[in-house]
Amino acid sequence: MADGMKMRATLQGNVADVKVLITHIMETGLRKDPKTDKLIPAHFINEVVATLNGKTVMEAQWGVGISKNPFIGFRIKGAKAGDKVAVNAVDNLGNKFSDEAVIA
Amino acid sequence: MNQLRRAFLKQAGTVGAVAVAIGAGLLKPGTVLAATWNKLAFTATNSADAMKEAGYAGGADSKDIMLKVPEIAENGAVVPVEVTSNIPGTTSISIYVDKNPTPLIADFAFSNGAEPFASTRIKMQATSQVRVAVKAAGKVYTQSKEVKVTIGGCGG
Repeated sequence: MADGMKMRATLQGNVADVKVLITHIMETGLRKDPKTDKLIPAHFINEVVATLNGKTVMEAQWGVGISKNPFIGFRIKGAKAGDKVAVNAVDNLGNKFSDEAVIA
Repeated sequence: MNQLRRAFLKQAGTVGAVAVAIGAGLLKPGTVLAATWNKLAFTATNSADAMKEAGYAGGADSKDIMLKVPEIAENGAVVPVEVTSNIPGTTSISIYVDKNPTPLIADFAFSNGAEPFASTRIKMQATSQVRVAVKAAGKVYTQSKEVKVTIGGCGG
């Protein structure tokens, strides 16, 4: 349970509804620092992988256009209560973020 | 497998090093290509190029893609987008904003029971078409809607 990521997985019928919030600056690399007038280097999450009981269900590549403190919602059919959903994310500087939740 | 790949990519650090590794026969090119962040697509400066680089070129409009966006976004820094594809066999969904400096926002691939649905929040620099392209059974389908932005979300 790393800092910076929160998630929830709830079962609706036989579909698990997963919601994930990641704390991240998502800096585009296109903004200038008003003090130095230099570009602020890009710093953003570019890969997100979700698994259900260890099997990959969703793989995403992101650009700089995802909002600061990203939110993702996705749905997994055929999931059961008690199944484990895990999300792993990596940013362009190699920092890793992860969290997991049990479907309820 | 994934863990290995990550560890390797982290170690390798640069694309150059990966290329060297391919040359040295350490990695199968196919494996690497599928896994590597699609820099060409994400740095393309118009939607058509981004779609081409991301493998979504030449799609036809489809009413079976539900694109939920606000008509007017007061704050371009946080625009909620929800995409559902009702096209059978949908395997991936990509999102573009025409007027952004780099239009490709995200590319989601689904497997093992994940529904062709993605919900997220995106940045928009100005009023623009928000475009989605999905892949289903090897074909590409698209849908788009305009979102009016009052305050841009990419400025600085």
